[in-house]
Amino acid sequence: MSTEQEEASIRCLVAKVGLDGHDRGAHVISRAFRDAGFEVVYSGLHNAPEEIVQAAVQEDVDVLGISILSGAHDTLVPKIMDGLAEYGAKEDTLVLVGGVIPEEDRPALESAGVAQIFGPGTSIAETIAFVRENAPER
Amino acid sequence: MSGADDASVHAELLEGLLAGEHRALARVISKIEDRAPGYRDLVSDLYPHTGEADVIGITGSPGAGKSTLVDKLAETYRDRGETVGIIAIDPSSPFTGGAVLGDRIRMASTVGDMDVFVRSMSARGTLGGLSTATADAVKAMDAFGKDKIIIETVGAGQNEIDIVRTAETVAVLVPPGSGDDIQTLKAGILEIADVFVVNKADRDGADRTVQELEEMIHLGEGTSTVGSGHHGVATVAADSTPDDANDAEGWRPPIVETVATSGEGIEAFLEELAAHRAFLESTGTRTELARKRHAEEIRTLLREDVNSLLEAELERTGGIDALADAVRTGETDPYSIADAVLEDLEACLAEADLEGDLDSEDRSEHEGNLGETTLEGDEPSR
Repeated sequence: MSTEQEEASIRCLVAKVGLDGHDRGAHVISRAFRDAGFEVVYSGLHNAPEEIVQAAVQEDVDVLGISILSGAHDTLVPKIMDGLAEYGAKEDTLVLVGGVIPEEDRPALESAGVAQIFGPGTSIAETIAFVRENAPER
Repeated sequence: MSGADDASVHAELLEGLLAGEHRALARVISKIEDRAPGYRDLVSDLYPHTGEADVIGITGSPGAGKSTLVDKLAETYRDRGETVGIIAIDPSSPFTGGAVLGDRIRMASTVGDMDVFVRSMSARGTLGGLSTATADAVKAMDAFGKDKIIIETVGAGQNEIDIVRTAETVAVLVPPGSGDDIQTLKAGILEIADVFVVNKADRDGADRTVQELEEMIHLGEGTSTVGSGHHGVATVAADSTPDDANDAEGWRPPIVETVATSGEGIEAFLEELAAHRAFLESTGTRTELARKRHAEEIRTLLREDVNSLLEAELERTGGIDALADAVRTGETDPYSIADAVLEDLEACLAEADLEGDLDSEDRSEHEGNLGETTLEGDEPSR
């Protein structure tokens, strides 16, 4: 019945942090998440870390997907993680990073609290399966 | 999670929300949206803290500029030192239930300012431009202490009128060139406006759109029922002219022209919103509206409860699919089934009444007492 449909849905924020100039990939992933039945908040290009934190807290998302191609991930992503921690949201938000991340930068991001890094060539199905399996139980 | 845990989590959330913690507010809204176990108790506890906020609805067709206008509105309220809550609703997929909520992108003026709390909501399958959880989310923001709460509807179109049941003041955005003057004769969205906003007023055709709306409003004053906005409380007296219509007798929806991208006309828009609010208070219409709103809330809850009861009853009789198949194969028809199912329910209610008259002590021992469950407002188990 109707109320059944209104039960918990996986909420994701898809965010572009920093100076990247295009968001084709973010559009593709937003659409794919939508088709997987998720509720996707898309916050647009050129977000500052604080903006992303604000959006993630206000929207109470289960999953935060950060898309970044500019190479500034090692400074911007930890800032986001710190911001989430400040609001007590770090523990139960699944944080994913998508983009071009060199192998040697990965451990630092993971130790900052990023759950998974999806590089170029990752299939959408894989990403969706990961979200389904790992979205936090609340 | 056990019920006791729920209760303590809820108490903690409520305390956090009332103390102004953003994450608690966000979490409460999620519980409301998800209809998490015990969410009704949570909303009940919010009620005593509500009633202070101005609730403004913004509606209009897709691409009319609602998000940009809401953004500028929020910015202006913030400049005046008022706190703002925004609920932005976007459509959900009828197939997957998924949604892309993109209104945040246009709300950049207040980024970094936590006193503007923007919450995106999916319509979650409901029609009419609002999620069923919207009214409760408004309660949460009101209890949190927001001065102004702005609801931006889906933008679905001509029949998006649910907003009048939730907002006290409704602004309808009409972009230039949105159809000929016949559009203004149609029933629906244009009837619910307390304020008309011709947004994108720098575009060709804005003057004509304003003129068409003027004519429509003028025509409305010729009849006895229209001309008082959507509330239908005061009627315009026969001798009223456009000049004196804006007094205690009725509300004549003003038309403001805005260019949301540049902020032009926003001040005038704000003044009209404030004027409408003053009108509501000076005429006692605000009390009337609140009464209607609460009545509607009670009805909605009762309908949900009764729905759950019926759903359980259907499950007990073998499920809706079996019944639907029976109709498909021509054994019976939907009307007969509905009658049969309701007959049981009516019999139970009648029995409950009878027992209530005879002996109220025995009543509580009676199992499966449908009437009693409904009246106590218990949440049916799912």
